[in-house]
Amino acid sequence: MLKRSAERIYMFLIFLFLYLPIIVLVILSFNDSKSKVQWGGFTLRWYQRLFSSSSMMEAFGTTILVSLVSALVATLLGTLAALGIDAMKKRGQAIMLGVTDIPLLNADIVTGISMMLLFVRFTRLGLSTVLIAHITFNIPYVILNVLPKLKQSNRTTYEAALDLGATPLYAFYKIIWPQIRPGVFSGFLMAMTMSLDDFSVTYFTKGAGINTLSTMIYTEMRKGIRPEMYALSTILFLIALVLLLFMNFGPSARQKEE
Amino acid sequence: MSKRLIDLQHISKCFGTQVVLDDLNLYIRENEFLTLLGPSGCGKTTTLRIIGGFETPDAGKVVFDGRDMTSLPPNERQVNTVFQKYALFPHMSIAENIAFGLKIRKKSKSYINDKIKYALKLVNLDGFEKRSVDSLSGGQQQRIAIARAIVNEPKVLLLDEPLGALDLKLRQDMQYELIRLKEELGITFIYVTHDQEEALTMSDTIVVMNQGYIQQIGTPQDIYNEPTNAFVADFIGESNIIDGMMIEDRLVEVLGVKFPCVDEGFGKNRPVDVVIRPEDVELVDPMQGMMEGDVTSLIFKGVHWEMDVMANGYEWMVQATQMHPVGAHVGIRVDPYNIQIMNKPESSDERAVESDA
Repeated sequence: MLKRSAERIYMFLIFLFLYLPIIVLVILSFNDSKSKVQWGGFTLRWYQRLFSSSSMMEAFGTTILVSLVSALVATLLGTLAALGIDAMKKRGQAIMLGVTDIPLLNADIVTGISMMLLFVRFTRLGLSTVLIAHITFNIPYVILNVLPKLKQSNRTTYEAALDLGATPLYAFYKIIWPQIRPGVFSGFLMAMTMSLDDFSVTYFTKGAGINTLSTMIYTEMRKGIRPEMYALSTILFLIALVLLLFMNFGPSARQKEE
Repeated sequence: MSKRLIDLQHISKCFGTQVVLDDLNLYIRENEFLTLLGPSGCGKTTTLRIIGGFETPDAGKVVFDGRDMTSLPPNERQVNTVFQKYALFPHMSIAENIAFGLKIRKKSKSYINDKIKYALKLVNLDGFEKRSVDSLSGGQQQRIAIARAIVNEPKVLLLDEPLGALDLKLRQDMQYELIRLKEELGITFIYVTHDQEEALTMSDTIVVMNQGYIQQIGTPQDIYNEPTNAFVADFIGESNIIDGMMIEDRLVEVLGVKFPCVDEGFGKNRPVDVVIRPEDVELVDPMQGMMEGDVTSLIFKGVHWEMDVMANGYEWMVQATQMHPVGAHVGIRVDPYNIQIMNKPESSDERAVESDA
């Protein structure tokens, strides 16, 4: 009995530790007082102000655009890469996986600075450089999601389809694609989340005049902390949360359970 | 004799530095049940995959019905394959699996439905149309794989160790079912296995392979009773394979004792392999045998007893319905027509030696 309640208290503390800061942030975003410690009543004022700011809305649009487009392109490239890696011999696979994993483990700020240095040599920083940067760091996430599905799928099913008269393209569409689709889908969602979350890489590759929500929050915060930023952060958190829930309980997750 | 349907001419294939097939020549007749038999790595599966179009030979030609199809992709060949691990499409129902090839050929709906019904009946799985692949046992999955292949009415059905993953009883049942199917369909079966019993039970013709070479081609009876070399003899059932010396026609010296036999034409004083099946070794009174020995082990096998008898420095494997206890002193006798004389086995090493000479 004692052991069980101890376990529960421990769990509660862990979750409190993880989520308390976010809860505080969400509460403050509805606080009708500029104070960080006093509750001045419930208000949607900060959200209103946020939505009426054109620079905010622009940053929001940019964020959605960048994360959607970069996730789409990365999903396409990453899936093709996974197919290629899967067809390699063991040694080649190990090398390729190592190479694609390095950007994952590399500190974001290093990735950001190195990309900026590369980009300024050839072009001006802007939306396109942000996109290229995001696509680049998203590809490994897609590969990591698709490759296990390919390994799971029975490779002779592809040969069986050819044997039954299917052209290679038809066999891929009818046989391979349905088997890897959940992985491609979750890879896409993960890429989108990573892109939404990113600050460092975006900050160094964006150039002047372009902001995503995360870089927006950072620049605004430097001017002084305003409650609109709490509202903005809350929205960003909610988007990530929705994506996460979708990843775990969406159609692709359900397919896994079957 | 029916005509040649598939002709493999001078086929060679390497994977990296490893030679898998070396100048293989083989033809398969129409309506034949031909089995490629050999240990793993002997090239039997590669041969099958070359016929199926999944591998291209480095050299040589695959002629199908008089037409060269060496470089034809698998989807354009009139053969269908039953794979070792079934390879059913997991996201499709049984009916969709079977209809896959027919849909590609743009057959009408009613034709496809009739074919599915017919095929399921043929493999004794009526009413399984809507079932999912996961809900089937291994034996059932394999039968669906066969159904999926035969609805396309291929001229040749290729089977790559299709019963390898099944348990013994099921394997035996499926063997009879395959023979029945072959008779009902009247198409050519090319079957790959490493199981000699499977090969003996089902085949019209057995091709015994080792290290990329064909060792012997013949009917099951030929292969069992008259193996051409020690490899075949050893691979097909159990055998006593003893170094011997052909003294002259109809007389061979084994372990210092001269045995009369029925083989001729080996020349005089030529070293040979002597093969004697364990069921052909008779244990008699020590005085009446051709050599004397002592029983060193005794195992009850159900149908017969299996004994090891040490005689003249060789441990004879003996199968008999009459039992002799361990330690018993016995005589060994072999009828002349049960002694099989063979040239030393043909292997890549020996070929090299011969071409050097």
